[in-house]
Amino acid sequence: MISLTEIAFILGTTLMYAAPLMYTALGGVMSENSGVINIGLEGMMTIGAFTGATVGYFTGNPWLAFLAAGVSGGLLALLHAVASITFGADQVVSGIAMNFLGGGLSLFLSRIFFDGATLTRPINLDDKMPRPFNGIFERNSVLDLVLNQYATVYIAFLMVLLIWFVLYKTRLGLRIRSVGEHPKAADTLGINVHRLRYFSVVCSGILSGFGGAAMSIAVVSNFRPTLISGQGFIALAAMIFGKWKPQGAMWACLLFGGAQGFIIYFGGTGVNISNQLLSMIPYVITLLVLMGFVGKSNGPKANGEPYMKQDLNL
Amino acid sequence: MKNKQIFLTIFSVLLGLVVGGIALAVSGYNPLEAYGIMIEGVFSRPRYISWTFIRSVPIILTGLSVAFAFRTGLFNIGAEGQYIVGAATAALAGYFLELPAGIHAVVVIIIAMVAAGVWGGIAGLLKSKFGVHEVISTIMLNWIALYLNNYIVFWDKFRRPQSEASQKILETAQISILGGLRTSGNEFIRGIFSTPVNLGIAFAVLAALFVWYTLNKTTLGYELRAVGYNRDASEYGGINVNRSIVISMVISGALAGLGGATQVLGVTKEISVLAAMEGNGFDGIAVALLGNTTPLGSVLAGLLFGGLKYGGPKIQPALGAPSEVIDIMIGSIVFFTAMPNFIKVIAHKLKKKRGEAE
Repeated sequence: MISLTEIAFILGTTLMYAAPLMYTALGGVMSENSGVINIGLEGMMTIGAFTGATVGYFTGNPWLAFLAAGVSGGLLALLHAVASITFGADQVVSGIAMNFLGGGLSLFLSRIFFDGATLTRPINLDDKMPRPFNGIFERNSVLDLVLNQYATVYIAFLMVLLIWFVLYKTRLGLRIRSVGEHPKAADTLGINVHRLRYFSVVCSGILSGFGGAAMSIAVVSNFRPTLISGQGFIALAAMIFGKWKPQGAMWACLLFGGAQGFIIYFGGTGVNISNQLLSMIPYVITLLVLMGFVGKSNGPKANGEPYMKQDLNL
Repeated sequence: MKNKQIFLTIFSVLLGLVVGGIALAVSGYNPLEAYGIMIEGVFSRPRYISWTFIRSVPIILTGLSVAFAFRTGLFNIGAEGQYIVGAATAALAGYFLELPAGIHAVVVIIIAMVAAGVWGGIAGLLKSKFGVHEVISTIMLNWIALYLNNYIVFWDKFRRPQSEASQKILETAQISILGGLRTSGNEFIRGIFSTPVNLGIAFAVLAALFVWYTLNKTTLGYELRAVGYNRDASEYGGINVNRSIVISMVISGALAGLGGATQVLGVTKEISVLAAMEGNGFDGIAVALLGNTTPLGSVLAGLLFGGLKYGGPKIQPALGAPSEVIDIMIGSIVFFTAMPNFIKVIAHKLKKKRGEAE
């Protein structure tokens, strides 16, 4: 039988792995609620992970590293915004370009800052994200295993609350959603569609950058080429899974994090279940859920449609 | 109209080169020198040219796969996974089947294409039956394919002991050409054929012809394209839209699978554990977009990116410049092709300036 300590271990791992996904999925929620598809989350997360690890290594300050990661993700998102909002680009194509650029830039800069290596030098263990509940509970007790998490985990949950509040309880949120549902109507009411979309897309990049840093300065202590590989896409799936809502995305991320927790748990126990097959589970679940539960038109109505007030002055 | 498209494409490539050059210059390397090394690294020796072709084949095929789907109104992000399934199936069939030389290779390729076609077809089915957007389902299928590949590699009967790779395929399944010349007494000939030259490029050209013919000369192609243009109108016109979506994704998947199969049968002869995506499918998206989703365009764009991917890394040992500048260039090229409006604005401004000067 599985013991209480083991359950606590799985829960703890779940939280740790869910946090980076949550930031990034919230990024997706922001962008797509304003009507801009962001398939470039992966690239934004990657550059955030790289920037976080690099700034963390050189300054030794995890908070500065975390913020810098957000800025780098936001800057990449700004490019996506320029293309998809101002120039009416195909948003999926632009997002794919972001993934090339985010990954390429990260490795390019890593080689420049770290003598030709694509692996950044590890930050000091003391310079990793702090763990607010470290030493408060008895070591390896149930509470310790579950709650002794990096600060990034707790901030992720606060962000869910914050984004939910902004989207559903403020005028700004109402406007963002109206721009995502019916930009023309919003425009008629005097809402600046372009400005709101810029804001949302840049926020989405900042959040994805945080997500990358939550990986590179908390879960591990450096950046390497395979660190993010695919988590941005999982976050994208989590957003859709969670029906474009912050709280839904949170639950989906917890599910994916949980799958990760089980993989690590079973890997440690030597139970004869293939890690490879276990790793497939989140993706299979997503497909099944999409088949059964999410109907055809659940996303914001104008998601993916460029909105041009008038043709460019040519 | 057509000329305009070609202009936009060339301009995107040029802008991509400029961005790459700026990245190099800012980090203290001479971009002209770097581009010189890349060009030399592709053209200066016959061996290099044949390597460029070898490198281009998989991304030409994934490019054709994405382009085909595009033409029928589908965005196949799943060429990556379909490529992996094609490669893994080819490795399995190349090792476990025992057939005479020649026939073996043909059978392996057919099986691999069918498997990858089914993989693509799943996404088609999910879209037509359940309304699951293919962009999302194919991303999921990519990851399932990756872990499936690793599962297959680690299978006791197939894994090469003490390694992260599978057994090599049997010689009967290989598609190398002029294998005998590689051990020729003549040093020059041996040099040229020291690369794993194989039939892949011929398959890529045949696949391009197939795509062109199917889309432009057959009723099926007409129907598939009609669905791509306007789903509702096609339905009204009596075309079975759901069936078209599935067929389209099956063909698209089979093309990407052919890419994986030729790579295994011609170059790697094995499959190995994948820690992350190799990017053949994503490169294919770039190739298809740059090639304006036409077969000829995909072949040319595939050769360009193949050259960049083969010649690019040579700046690393020569100058110490990061070879990842290639990804930045490809990303920029895709970025600029995504927004023709941007290029139109620039071109317009340039024209205006010239007008004022006159």
